[in-house]
Parts: sequence; structure tokens; C-alpha cells
Amino acid sequence: MKVIPAMGHEHIVRSFDQELETINGSVLRMGGMAEAQLANAVDALSRRDPERANRVIASDARIDELEQSINETAVSLLARRQPMANDLRAIVAALKIASDIERIGDYAKNIAKRVQTLTQIPPVPPAHSVPHMANLAQVIIKEVLDAYVAQDAEKARRAWMRDAEVDEMYTSLFRELLTYMMEDPRAITPCTHLLFVAKNIERIGDHATNIAELIYYQVTGDRMEGGRPKGDDSSFQVVEQPDETKVEADESAVTEAGE
Amino acid sequence: MAAVEQLQSDAARDTKVRSRDVNVYYGEIHALKHVDLDIYANEVTSLIGPSGCGKSTYLRCLNRMNDVIDGCRVTGEIALDGDDIYDKSLDVVQLRARVGMVFQKPNPFPKSLFDNIAYGPRIHGLGTHKDELDEIVQSSLERAGLWNEVKDRLDKPGTGLSGGQQQRLCIARAIAVNPEVILMDEPCSALDPIATAKIEELIDELRTNFTIVIVTHSMQQAARVSQRTAFFHLGILVEVNETEQIFTNPSDERTQGYITGRFG
Repeated sequence: MKVIPAMGHEHIVRSFDQELETINGSVLRMGGMAEAQLANAVDALSRRDPERANRVIASDARIDELEQSINETAVSLLARRQPMANDLRAIVAALKIASDIERIGDYAKNIAKRVQTLTQIPPVPPAHSVPHMANLAQVIIKEVLDAYVAQDAEKARRAWMRDAEVDEMYTSLFRELLTYMMEDPRAITPCTHLLFVAKNIERIGDHATNIAELIYYQVTGDRMEGGRPKGDDSSFQVVEQPDETKVEADESAVTEAGE
Repeated sequence: MAAVEQLQSDAARDTKVRSRDVNVYYGEIHALKHVDLDIYANEVTSLIGPSGCGKSTYLRCLNRMNDVIDGCRVTGEIALDGDDIYDKSLDVVQLRARVGMVFQKPNPFPKSLFDNIAYGPRIHGLGTHKDELDEIVQSSLERAGLWNEVKDRLDKPGTGLSGGQQQRLCIARAIAVNPEVILMDEPCSALDPIATAKIEELIDELRTNFTIVIVTHSMQQAARVSQRTAFFHLGILVEVNETEQIFTNPSDERTQGYITGRFG
């Protein structure tokens, strides 16, 4: 892996640098906003605070707007500057990272919607495990954004590896929720909502790893090598995993990611 | 390009021009330094780099156009299909029939369109009868995409055409003697975008039959027309690779600096 220093020199055309900085700054701001949205949504869950959940739902539009503006800047840069090499990679990465962050924002909004319902019904104990899982997802988002600021491929890869922990937590939460539902049918409604919340967090982790891969590509020009460690076995929690699907477990995860 | 296609094309690649340790001196000035470069058959290779980097100097080595410059000395080895083109016994006129050239500014002869094309075949004794010459002229103009525009006025002067047509006339003139390699030195820099697009389309068609080496100041053009790109800087061949690789992920910092507009 050979990394050429990306921002070693400034462009001869200075306005090009300014536009690249603008798009960089917007991606970071968007990332920060999505991170805060997730934190607030989960906070609303633990405090059973529907007001806070409402604010999360309302704020999602700002993330969408920012994505729109990043798209426009990127298209304009492609059309007017004909970027090459690291500049080209930076713009393509910004476009794709913005769309991953936008999805993270959507999942946070979805969590907030579930919180609105959950606050209206009696709480169930697994609600305490969800914030723990969300914390980890937040840490990964933060690490990925740090890697973006520093343009550090190794940092991005380390953040990428941590998604397995989120997956494992999701599997154990899944098992926990199932147990509660089996014990007491009245817990089915809140537990189902919590299950969706947990699934949303798990998906947020996947998008964070996508971003890590994009940062790696932007910095090195290469694709990240090697498969991502997968910790999500929730698909096989009730039934025994058939032999051939064990082999295809990776593929099923990919299919899920396409949902 | 699909990976499989890539592998096939790699296996099928023939080296048309092989250069090893090529040096060019203009008097005391060492203009081109230790260039090792293979030009593959039926591909477009573009040479890019800032002014004075040696790319045109290298291009002119390939058909010994540097011979006509006083005080110019070329060392090293350049082989066309394995034959040393700097061999003492080699006929330079024959070499230039095999390695044609198109220049920056269209330079039709002050003669009729017909004679512009027929000039080369005549001196190389290719078309002795009028019928043969007619056929060479027509097929050359057709291959250069100019036939339909000029077929009714072949007796009119070549200088009366538009810039883009003149350049295609010069390309037709170059291919009339059936060369193997065509060298182009910034063939579009004096043309408008439409005329440029026509030349680029022509270049893409011509590579089925010819090997093309093009010097261009437009990196977008290099990206559009060539399969391989070589970057020169200060007389050194810094990097040569697949065009896509050069423009998305170059391996040398100097290449990246130049193609992204950060030089200096």
C-alpha cells in the first residue's frame, strides 16, 4: 500500500481548493449531525422522553438538505474541474459518504419514531441494553469521522473492524428480546419495537463501515482487502443453522444490507 | 474494463516500439534522460507532461525527426518491430513511411486535395496508375472520415478547408502510405471542440489498423483517447501505466501533482 500525501500542495487554481474544502466541511458537519441524532434518539429512549424524540424526527430534514447540497457541489466540481486522481477520489468518496450518512440519519429518525410509541406503553427491561449498543455504534461513527478528518486509512480500518462488536451485541439482544416475548405475550409489542430499534442501530454500524471503506479508498486508491468480520448470527437464533447456509452466511448478510 | 478482458488484452499485447535507455542532447542540454518505454501495437499511447518535459522530443525520436535539428544527439536503443531504427544502414525515408506524423498545426501542401493525399504514395511508388491512386486517395479520405465532405472538390486546394478538415486531411495524408505507427504532436490544440471530437473519434477507429502515439497538453484528451499514458517531467519518464490507473490512482507524487493541477 503506497499512500501519496493528499493535500501536500495547493492547487494552482485556488478556488478549486476552496470548493474541495467546502465539500469536506459539509461531509463532516453532516456526520456530526447524524451522530448527534443517534445520541438524542437513544437518549429519548432511555429517558422515555417523547419531546426529545419529536425533535430528532424534525431535525432529520437538515441532514437531508446537507446531503442535497453536497450532491450539488460534487456534481458541479465534476463538471467544471474535471478532477483527477486524489481529487477525483475525494469527490466520489464525499458523494457516497454523504449518502451513507443520510441513511444513518434516517435510522436515527426511525428509532425516534419507535420511541414515541414505546413511551406510551409500559417499559420492558431489555430497553437498558439498547443504549449500550447504540453507544458502541456512536463510537464507531466518531472514529470513522476522525479518520476522515485525518485522512488516515489505518484508523478507518480499525473502526471498520469494530462493527463485529455491534453485530454481536445485536445477536445477544435479539436472543434476550425473544426470551422476554416467550415468557410474557404482553411484552411482544414493546419488545418488537425494541428489536427494530436494535436492528436500526445494527444497520447504522454497517453504514459506518461503508464509510470506513470509502475513506480507505479515498486515501489509498485501493479497496480494503479481506472480508469484514461478521458477528450477526441472529438469522439462526431459533432454528439450527443448516450446513450450506453456514457457508452462505456472508451472502445473507449482504442481502440484508441491501434492504 | 472487465478483469477478464484486461487479462486477455495483456496477453495479446505486442510491443511495437521498444525504447531502452534513450537519451537526447541538444548541444550541452540533456533533454531526455534514460527513457525505457514500450509502445504496444494497436493501442493509443499518450505522452503528457509540462512544457519542456521531453515528451515531444521523445516523440520525434520515433521517426528520427530529431536528425534534422542541429546539435541534436540521440543515444540508446529504439527498435521498431525489433529493428534498430538508428541503424546506420537504415533508410530514413522508408522509416518515415512506416512511422507517419501529424503535427499541431494542420499543414496541408498548397496543392489540390487529391495531390495532398497522392503525394506520399507517388514518392514511395505505391500508386503507379491513375486508378490505383484514385483508390488510395478515396480510401485514405474515407478512413480519415473526410470523404463525404470533400469528394466533389478533390481538385480544390487543401488550404481552403476548415481547420478541423485540414487536420483530418493531414491524417489522411499520413495514412495514405500505409504506415504502421502514427505519431501525433498535439493534433487538436488548434481545433474547436467539435473538430476535436471528430479527430478523437478518428483516433479510436484508426487504432484497429495502426499504433498511435499522441502528445497532448489536454489531460482530458489523454484520458479520453488513450489506453496507456506516460508522464514525463524534466526529461525523465516518471510513470507509465494504464490510462485509467494514471488518472484515478497514479503511483508517483509528481504525476499526481501534475494531473490534479497542483504542480510546484
